[in-house]
Amino acid sequence: MNALVFLVPAALALGLLGLAFFLWTLKSRQYDDLDGAASRILFDDLPRKDNKP
Amino acid sequence: MTVAAGYPEGLAPGQAGLSRAACAHCAAQLVPGQGEFCCTGCAGAHALVRGLGLDAFYRRQETAAGTLRPPETLSTDFAPHARDAGKGVQELDLIVSGLTCGACVWLVEQALAAEPDVLKARASLSTRRLTIAWRGTPGRANDLAGLVARLGFKVAPWSPACLRATEDAEGRALIRALGIAAFGAMNVMLVSIAVWVGTDMEPETRHLMHWLAALIGLPTVLVAGMPFYRSAWDAIRAGRVNMDLAVSIGVLATTLMSLSETFRNGEYTWFDGATSLLALLLAGRVLDRAMRRRARQSMAELLALQEGTVALCLADGTTRNVPAESVRAGDVVLVAAGERLRLDGTAEEPLLLDTSATTGESLPREIPPHTLVEAGAVNMGAAFTMTVAAAAGDGSLAQLARLLERAEQGRGRFVSIADKAARLYVPIVHAIAFATFLGWWLGVGVSWQAALVPAVAALIVTCPCGLAIAVPAVQVAAVGALFRRGVLVASPTALERLASADHAVLDKTGTLTEGRPELIADDTLDPGVLRSAAGLARASHHPLAQALVRACPEAPAIAGVREIPGKGLIRGSARLGSPAFCGLPDDQGSGMELVYCVAGQPPAVFRFADRLRGDAGEAVAELRELGLETELLSGDGAGAVEAAAAAAGIGPWQARATPADKAHRIESLRASGRHPLMVGDGINDAAALSLAHVSMSPGTGTDVAQAASDIVLRAEGLTALPAAIRVARKAQALARQNIVFSLVYNVVAVPMAVLGFVTPLIAAVVMASSSIIVICNALRAGKETSA
Repeated sequence: MNALVFLVPAALALGLLGLAFFLWTLKSRQYDDLDGAASRILFDDLPRKDNKP
Repeated sequence: MTVAAGYPEGLAPGQAGLSRAACAHCAAQLVPGQGEFCCTGCAGAHALVRGLGLDAFYRRQETAAGTLRPPETLSTDFAPHARDAGKGVQELDLIVSGLTCGACVWLVEQALAAEPDVLKARASLSTRRLTIAWRGTPGRANDLAGLVARLGFKVAPWSPACLRATEDAEGRALIRALGIAAFGAMNVMLVSIAVWVGTDMEPETRHLMHWLAALIGLPTVLVAGMPFYRSAWDAIRAGRVNMDLAVSIGVLATTLMSLSETFRNGEYTWFDGATSLLALLLAGRVLDRAMRRRARQSMAELLALQEGTVALCLADGTTRNVPAESVRAGDVVLVAAGERLRLDGTAEEPLLLDTSATTGESLPREIPPHTLVEAGAVNMGAAFTMTVAAAAGDGSLAQLARLLERAEQGRGRFVSIADKAARLYVPIVHAIAFATFLGWWLGVGVSWQAALVPAVAALIVTCPCGLAIAVPAVQVAAVGALFRRGVLVASPTALERLASADHAVLDKTGTLTEGRPELIADDTLDPGVLRSAAGLARASHHPLAQALVRACPEAPAIAGVREIPGKGLIRGSARLGSPAFCGLPDDQGSGMELVYCVAGQPPAVFRFADRLRGDAGEAVAELRELGLETELLSGDGAGAVEAAAAAAGIGPWQARATPADKAHRIESLRASGRHPLMVGDGINDAAALSLAHVSMSPGTGTDVAQAASDIVLRAEGLTALPAAIRVARKAQALARQNIVFSLVYNVVAVPMAVLGFVTPLIAAVVMASSSIIVICNALRAGKETSA
């Protein structure tokens, strides 16, 4: 019974953290281009600038 | 092919490392005699990609053959579309067609980032939207867009229509609700399982658990259920009953009952059922919306590529490209050869116009001077100046758009199968639940709180879940399968209407036929002559010249060709043009032939025709097999229509049909109780399209026709049409099966709930299993049918 005093709030807090993280990803538009994001992980080279202004 | 000349050192195309059978840039099949590339555009694009040091592209690229072939010129002026983002930074949004894979995104972004003044270039693969930011003048927009075009992608300014299709505030709200509901459901379940398995739990501990569940469940139900409550409220205000009303009442009643059980420390609360029901239904909603958004985006993309600018003549004699919306009545615009008119107007000179989009006639027509010509026609003659008669907002196209809007509202009355089921289901289930409550309270004599439990259990076990997911799941699977075949379904009820269509009315020009002139194969033509004529024709944008190039794509471009607008092309003694231009008597005046003559040789005559699509006959036969009567309705002359009807195997046909005739025919079909499917591509078909039971237009159709249609066939050819009908019918059958299945399930589950045998655990199992079965059944709609 005593364990519940810690475990239930801890479980809820972690859950809320996950929810907040999800809402942040939604807000920063990470679900707008799911197809692109899937291949973007493979782009390893930085953009080349031969002649910087 | 001689394009290798003029390459920078080390960039000769022999190093591409691809087999000789395919173009080294766009991977299109090569015709024997071609070197490494299918066209000069691809050779240029390949040089550009290698010159930037980005040849890793070819190792990543997996693209459909031919989609990367660069256009010859950039037709739009992008500078007016750049917007000032402050501090000397300009931004431009483009829609990039042909962006098919990650490699394309990578190439476009890298190529732009290599430009010294570009600050940001970001392409979205889902929406095909490219955002470029650079420091400098708006004029750079054309260079940057040109760079993307030279890589082989089609670019167009990002239009408001694209934005409407992409910026989906409602969709984002749905995803948010889904996230909240999923969080709530999982955490309530954490508490609920403890109550279910903890049979030796003290009543005080159980009470605490119930309060915890209420603490999580209440806000979740209130926030995540909003999309359903709103839709249900709209339905009530309109005096209708829909599935969302059943869902809303079920969820809210369950929550209230659970709250009452929490207060009196009953054995179980039902917050888990309410929240997981919401999460499951929202997941279905989100998928459904994403699928339809993809179709809408593809349609917006097709339309954006058609949009263009007009060349406004300024007082000082120069021209400037401006968007058609900004031109006012009385302005003078220049219409180039082969350009589509975007505004109504009059010209001072006689014109040769292809009016197939507005009237359906396949042969170009001579228009006398000072006649009002309507937007949509294509200039087949020389460039001319035109005095604009009405601004875009008042012209013939805008009037038509307003008519279509009115027709669209009329079609909103269609009742989908899900709503039909809801009309039956909602009153019956709620009557049963109410009777259960009264029976336990007054009949058996338990307290009203206790009587509430079996009543609400009956509500939740009848599970709007299976029923509410039964139809959307089928729709998602079927719309997705059609999308992969190039059939874009825009309207939510289009599939159901398509399944019930029993009469097909087809347009001729551009629908049954290809809608562009093609060379008529003629064995007497010397291939060598064709080759040299096509080489000459490469210099011109005239539709007939381009048709000649299409007939002989391997012909190399010839330098030093001079075009005499409206007449023909000259190089030395060689001439290509109208019969009169080459000194022959103009026998028919049809405007559908070109003559090629060289001094000392007999002239060669190339005849062109608007050819029937290769699969037209097959598609019509399949339609008949599916039980649809077909008829042909065209604005073209009787001879051409009869020939096309005979070739395609269509029985009844009507020629010289005006737009009003077509609309009238559709109305009379509907009045006689039939469900006509209208297939058309022209502005003249739009009224008929919007009046029909269900309407389709090919992807090459005019924007007005596509806007008036429920379904757009992006794939080339007509066989997608019967295939779409088959998928729609299968989907409809599966939706019916699902509804019947849900009803059978309820017949078993409801008596159990009414008698009070159902605990939250049983309800959860029943709900989840019925949903899974319904979803699995729906997935069959996406399977490719062998027939």
